[in-house]
Amino acid sequence: MRLEPVANPTLLRQLGLPALALGATVLVAMALALLAGANPLAVLGQIVTGAVGSRFAVLETLNRATPLIFTGLAVAVAFRAKLWNIGAEAQLYAGAIIAVLLGTGALGAPFVLPVSAVVALLAGAMLLLVPVLLKVRLGVDEVVTTLLLNFIMALFVSYLLEGPLKDPMGMGWPKSAALIPEARLPRMVEGLRLHWGFGLALIAAGIVWVIHTRTTLGFEMRAVGANIRAARFAGMPVTAVLVKTALLSGGLAALAGWSEVAGAKGHLSLDLSPGFGYTGIIVAMLALLHPLGVVVTALFVAGVFVGADAMSRAAGVPTYIADMLLAVALLFMVLAIALTKVRVVRG
Amino acid sequence: MSFAQSGAEVVLRLDQITKRFGRLVANDAISLTLHKGEVLALLGENGAGKTTLMNILFGHYLADEGSVTVFGQPLPAGQPKAALAAGIGMVHQHFTLADQLTVLENITLGTKSLWSLGRGRAAALAKVQALSRDFGLAVAPMARIADLSVGERQRVEILKALYRDARILILDEPTAVLTPQEAEALFQTLRLATARGLSVIFISHKLHEVMGHSDTCVVLRHGRVVGQVATRDTDRRALAALMVGAEMTEATVAPGVPGPVRLSLTGVRAGALRDLTLELRAGTITGLAGVSGNGQAALADLIGGALGPEAGEMRVDGAPVAQWTPRAAIAAGVGRIPEDRHKTGTVADFTLAENAVLETYAQRFARLGFIDWAAVRAHTVALIAGYDVRCPGPEARIRLLSGGNMQKLILGRVMEETPGILIANQPVRGLDVGAIAYVHSRLVAARDAGAAVLLISEDLDEVMGLADVIHVISEGRLSPAFPRGALSQAELGLWMAGQGFAHAA
Repeated sequence: MRLEPVANPTLLRQLGLPALALGATVLVAMALALLAGANPLAVLGQIVTGAVGSRFAVLETLNRATPLIFTGLAVAVAFRAKLWNIGAEAQLYAGAIIAVLLGTGALGAPFVLPVSAVVALLAGAMLLLVPVLLKVRLGVDEVVTTLLLNFIMALFVSYLLEGPLKDPMGMGWPKSAALIPEARLPRMVEGLRLHWGFGLALIAAGIVWVIHTRTTLGFEMRAVGANIRAARFAGMPVTAVLVKTALLSGGLAALAGWSEVAGAKGHLSLDLSPGFGYTGIIVAMLALLHPLGVVVTALFVAGVFVGADAMSRAAGVPTYIADMLLAVALLFMVLAIALTKVRVVRG
Repeated sequence: MSFAQSGAEVVLRLDQITKRFGRLVANDAISLTLHKGEVLALLGENGAGKTTLMNILFGHYLADEGSVTVFGQPLPAGQPKAALAAGIGMVHQHFTLADQLTVLENITLGTKSLWSLGRGRAAALAKVQALSRDFGLAVAPMARIADLSVGERQRVEILKALYRDARILILDEPTAVLTPQEAEALFQTLRLATARGLSVIFISHKLHEVMGHSDTCVVLRHGRVVGQVATRDTDRRALAALMVGAEMTEATVAPGVPGPVRLSLTGVRAGALRDLTLELRAGTITGLAGVSGNGQAALADLIGGALGPEAGEMRVDGAPVAQWTPRAAIAAGVGRIPEDRHKTGTVADFTLAENAVLETYAQRFARLGFIDWAAVRAHTVALIAGYDVRCPGPEARIRLLSGGNMQKLILGRVMEETPGILIANQPVRGLDVGAIAYVHSRLVAARDAGAAVLLISEDLDEVMGLADVIHVISEGRLSPAFPRGALSQAELGLWMAGQGFAHAA
């Protein structure tokens, strides 16, 4: 058995293999349900209903998708330039801290929202700038530095919530004071539980798409990612491109945390993110790093999580099935994408 | 008396070995015989097929035709293990050692199963020490590879082969990375080896080594054996003539009309270049001949902006250059056709349109940071038509194109900017005859339009056919400028082999 490259994959190959991957994922999900002692078809049905079966479910899915769109975009932007930002989780918390610092009375309307958004963006950007400067100046592997920054940031947040940012009225719980109403993101439609963070995430996806496809910076980011040698030879300012990529990626990830605090939660606590930064990697990879694709895959991933929560309550199957499902989906998808480019030949 | 007549035992026989890579015939019906105790030098220019032949012998490549016989037994094709078992040991040009392991561990690696590691260590150590004493290969068995010099690493590679009881040693350009003293020690070792009945093939393009240390020379040119002689019956001049072909190539194009100096280098040191002085004139093709790896890449990088001068002066159109980057070079009118069109010339996953503006997107096709893709597309369509690029269209990925069409697009990308200085580094390597003629005609057209062209090539025929002025580069030094027709191929071949420099010094 050996692999042979496929020069020009057919449309059937390009669409059929990912579809197969999705089908295989569903089969594995059913097998897992069976293993947990439930009726596989019922479990699947409950996941789907739980995700999109009612107005409440749909809104819940959209809310859950919001931070995933931001972190997915952050990862897609970075990975497209072959900048391996595994630190979206830390950058997310940087944005969340800013939302609390500026949103609990330091600033009033009408400035608090725009100012805290911009400062959050800058904070995330700065947090990724450090590993990237270490990479371009000293050749330090950014996978390691960005990954480890996640743990440093988690401990820093923990310190803040036990110390300076601890809510005096919180009865000893490690959480921050609540944001003032002027610092909260309003709802997109009156009466519907969906905050403007979702709208901003969609706008961000559009902006990233325009940057990638229309601007010189996007062209440079894609060239640096696709062939850094050729980019350098062609005279592209490779270091500057990587720094700009880092600023954009870190900023986007920070907006995820900012919108979770200012939109969804209203305060900062240690459970603000159930790993949105890491899940963003899955979202971006499933979207093949396409900024508009990120919106689609973020909705899919959010739906699986929300649906699995609902299913778990009804069928008694652990919600961990959602994590396993996504992991399996990612593995199958990566395999399917690899197989669109090569075929396996006997002999 | 040569080995062929001596009646010594034949240990290795290659019979009619042919290997094709696509349309390129790397080895064309090559036959050769190696005797017990013989040192055979395999000589030829880069690309003559030496390394391919040795890789076939060692089982890395499968020959399309022909057979190999070792000690009278046919050698199964394509199996390095079979070659090892038959007593063939190969020392590659690029060493294959594990940096973090010790010398002893590297030598014994792969000779015994994993779970027996540790046992038999004393015996292995004794054997290595004996070999290193017998063959004059001084190296500390417990030293880590990472701490060793290049010469020591090579000794480890040779010990590795000897430890596996190799009776035939093959060395691929063994002295390329060695100092003269280390090279001398190596040949001392090879003499000890042949005295013990081993046979040696070494690949080289250094004539003095071949003359000094071999019994037999086999010369390859364009994949064929063009000469097999006993070393004592030949001399450097005859070998050089065989290597590069004795025939005189006439310039095939009319001479250019030299204009003012466009680029001048005075005493420049950069990368591998040493004290380099060079002038490129408008309306002139300057040919740079030389065996690859002698500083051509550094010179191309230097003029193309990827490398800045460390010392000396560089002037473009009379003005000294300050900040020298690829972008500055492009802005100064330097057009660059890179050596590797796949890895540096293009982005494989980008479309033709994207590749066509890789160097000019910001300056010519963007406003306020936004790229005008309609203009890019129109530009690319014009390039495709103007330079006869056969492709599905401007939106096709460039990886789908043949090398010739890829090169035509790069050519168009460069020529459309009407460069004052044009560096073409191996512009026709790997192209078919039609594409070669096309690229050459465009280079001449650029010259006639007033460009100062630097043609870097390992193919003397190409250089002699096109260049108005020829320099030879060797070990980072540049020969004087020879006007076209001043030197024969054999004479240039001597310069390429480093000869003229020795006389000049």
